[in-house]
Amino acid sequence: MKKVHVQTTVNGEETEFLCEPRQSLLEVLRDVVGYTGTKEGCLTGDCGACSVIMDGRPTDSCLVLGVEAEGKDITTVEGLADGDTLHPLQKKFLEHAALQCGICTPGFLVTSKALLDRNPNPTEHEIRYALAGNLCRCTGYDKIVRAVQDAAAEMQGR
Amino acid sequence: MATQQEHKFKVIGTRPIRHDGVDKVTGRAQYGADVSLAGLLHGKVLRSPHAHARIKSIDTAAAKAVPGVKAVLTAQDFPEIGPGMAAMGELPINPQHLSLNCIARDKVLYDGHVVAAVAATSPHIAEEAAKLIKVDYEVLPHVQSVVEAMDDKAPILIPGLGKGEDGEPTDTNVANHLQFARGDLAEGFAAAEVVIEREFDTSMVHQGYIEPHNAVAQYSSDGQSTIWVSTQGAFTARDQTAFVLDMPPSKIKVIPAEIGGGFGGKIPIYYEPVALMLSKHTGKPVKMVMSRADVLKATGPTPGSHIKVKMGADKDGKITAAEVWMAYEAGGFPGSPVGAGCMCVIAPYDIENLQIDGYDVLVNKPKTAAYRAPGATNAAMGSETVIDELAEKLGIDPLEFRRINGAKEGTAQPAGPKFGQIGFLETLEAAKDSDHFKSELPQVEGRRVGRGLASGFWFNAGFQSSATVAINSDGTANVVTGSTDIGGTRTSCAMIAAEVLGLKAEEVHPVVADTESIGHTDMTGGSRVTFATGTAVYEAAQDVLKQLKERAAKSWKVDADKVVFQDGVFSCTENGNESLSLKELAGKLPRTGGPVAGRASVNPRGVGPGFATHVVDVAVDEETGKVDVLRYTAVQDVGKAVHPSYVEGQMQGGVAQGVGWALNEEYVYGEDGCMQNTGFLDYRMPTCLDLPMIETVLVEVPNPGHPVGVRGVGEVPIVPPPAAIANAIYNATGVRMLDLPMSPPRVTKAILEKNG
Repeated sequence: MKKVHVQTTVNGEETEFLCEPRQSLLEVLRDVVGYTGTKEGCLTGDCGACSVIMDGRPTDSCLVLGVEAEGKDITTVEGLADGDTLHPLQKKFLEHAALQCGICTPGFLVTSKALLDRNPNPTEHEIRYALAGNLCRCTGYDKIVRAVQDAAAEMQGR
Repeated sequence: MATQQEHKFKVIGTRPIRHDGVDKVTGRAQYGADVSLAGLLHGKVLRSPHAHARIKSIDTAAAKAVPGVKAVLTAQDFPEIGPGMAAMGELPINPQHLSLNCIARDKVLYDGHVVAAVAATSPHIAEEAAKLIKVDYEVLPHVQSVVEAMDDKAPILIPGLGKGEDGEPTDTNVANHLQFARGDLAEGFAAAEVVIEREFDTSMVHQGYIEPHNAVAQYSSDGQSTIWVSTQGAFTARDQTAFVLDMPPSKIKVIPAEIGGGFGGKIPIYYEPVALMLSKHTGKPVKMVMSRADVLKATGPTPGSHIKVKMGADKDGKITAAEVWMAYEAGGFPGSPVGAGCMCVIAPYDIENLQIDGYDVLVNKPKTAAYRAPGATNAAMGSETVIDELAEKLGIDPLEFRRINGAKEGTAQPAGPKFGQIGFLETLEAAKDSDHFKSELPQVEGRRVGRGLASGFWFNAGFQSSATVAINSDGTANVVTGSTDIGGTRTSCAMIAAEVLGLKAEEVHPVVADTESIGHTDMTGGSRVTFATGTAVYEAAQDVLKQLKERAAKSWKVDADKVVFQDGVFSCTENGNESLSLKELAGKLPRTGGPVAGRASVNPRGVGPGFATHVVDVAVDEETGKVDVLRYTAVQDVGKAVHPSYVEGQMQGGVAQGVGWALNEEYVYGEDGCMQNTGFLDYRMPTCLDLPMIETVLVEVPNPGHPVGVRGVGEVPIVPPPAAIANAIYNATGVRMLDLPMSPPRVTKAILEKNG
């Protein structure tokens, strides 16, 4: 199948790749660009393990084609930390033990970042609503919600 | 060991950041599907569209002709494995059945059973080619309910499974019947003031790990093969693959990748031997990743069941007799966890007269696997709701009823052995003292609210583990184990070593090794890792300590028994006052005899069982049947909590899975025997929005059989939730729910029936 040339921005870096029109953004990020931190859980947009931020919106990268990334700005879990300084969400996920197996963690972090970017001070319900598209089977969500609350507080200087 | 309660720990009981944490929040951690190798091919399979059929022929010519396809295999390309049993940790394994489950030979036994495999240069090509494989099936009648499958006229899945009185094979779907019995049932029921008898149906449910199964395999022409896989046990995966491919296990090296959840479902193998065989046929590494639909359809969920519970109690609330009959879906091959269900079902109670019968029944559904306290949750749905009803009929508080009958040290389990030091009564006390239990039931406008309580038991497991501990020249230590880390066990093992060696948790570096780099270690399951592998780590660290004392003694020219180790410092009062910190001594090792490493291999017997008591408040919408969990408290005897945050996490995760099992999750099959809800949209697991915060109360009754008092913690928290929620729904609506899940249509129907 003939490949298409795509120019996009991934984690702040201008990135170009060749992909088949049938390849999802998830597949391209993982297998072509090499960002395997974005995970595949279902390929039907139900689990959120493949979440990325695309032009400011949390997006299931399994439901987007690679070719649709043309001209977009994409953030994956690899783009959250600033060098070796973790993002407050990453730090709080560790402090609160908000991960067990860790497979859903990149998706939760990315979706939480998108939430805090537009709503820096969410209520517990707002957090749960924003994260309802991300499935975690290990934690029962309790420690994830607390980590997001704590990260929001820290980022607000509270 | 007896003095643990007075023992003051420095590291155990604290909450350090987990060692693999940064890798997992930055996306660097390598899971099985992240593995890539030069020249990698991609494998896909073709699966049966029928629940039960004979394979008449398979034509692979069209698939083989697709450009980019490198191999197409059927069972004919795999060795034919003869009958027989082998031991594999928590569950027995039948290599012939295992092989036929990986790829069907003459018959398919469930929707989704693998019949052929393709390797190609891209996953898309492999998938398209697989669709071109033509299979000629003779469709057979199928059976999916255990009750129907036990009927004499039921379609037979595996001929000759039973044994007649003359020892000759007979046709039956009942693969196994076991029974625990003691006392006199008739006498017991005659002594009862109240007898309750109920029948339950529970649906097949899936572990629902977010990471699909995967395997990357490289066959080498010298016969040495390597498999990278997300598995609960590298050795278990290796040995099973060896069985299926009729290879010596030593010819296969399994490199465990990070694992994205398992809960028992990643103990069996699926793609490992298929990927390795594709690699053998192509000479290239082959990667296989399962789709979510295939994970649901064709990996090992936990069985649905039909359960009958009859219990009687006298007017003082003492249970006088219990009779339990349980039939569990094995799936297409024998091996449901009904035995564990029988061991657990009424184990929290001291009952003189009992009979428990368990049946392992073949049905045309996927071969079931372990799922968190396998077999115990179905069973507790029966026993714990009948107990609630008995207490109610006798006018005794359900918590008090459980206290009256509660097992303690010396109580005989249903299976026979007596309990050692256990903490069931302590969980009841702690539940009674909890903020939740003492609080008023919250009111919700337009809803009926209720509170429920249930208890649960899981025996926990020991099994084999190995560990090595080595001292680095900077005075830190490496801990190497063979235990897959699903929920933070690297850190608990490192903490145990740190405690022994007087180091900080961060100064111990834990590694999960491949099958050639550590002694045999059974799978991560049965809540065994911090218990058994933790014991191995403890002993290996003690071995290190002993050697370090000898080194210090050597430099001070004293006997080793004169050297004392405290707070990270070796000291000796003979020949003057000498002292050396572990760090200082570590730097001197090359000059005192060379490196220091300790090792231990164990198969510990001192397993400490786990008990839990849960309290839940629910709100029921009588019009829609929707049940909301308003508040949830899980109380558990966890033994000594090594890392309390991860212990809480196990409890909260178990509760969330139990809530899903209780309210929504089920396998829905059509008339054709095919699964209809093969995605997370329709197989509805709890989301963030479906649950409240989950409160935890850790009761720490140390296990005398473990050097720091560890019991297993991971499994028992899934046992009480369905029964606790059923009891809460009754408390709210007056309706006794007998079937799982208690989904909105079922709850509405039950309420309508009650209201006439």
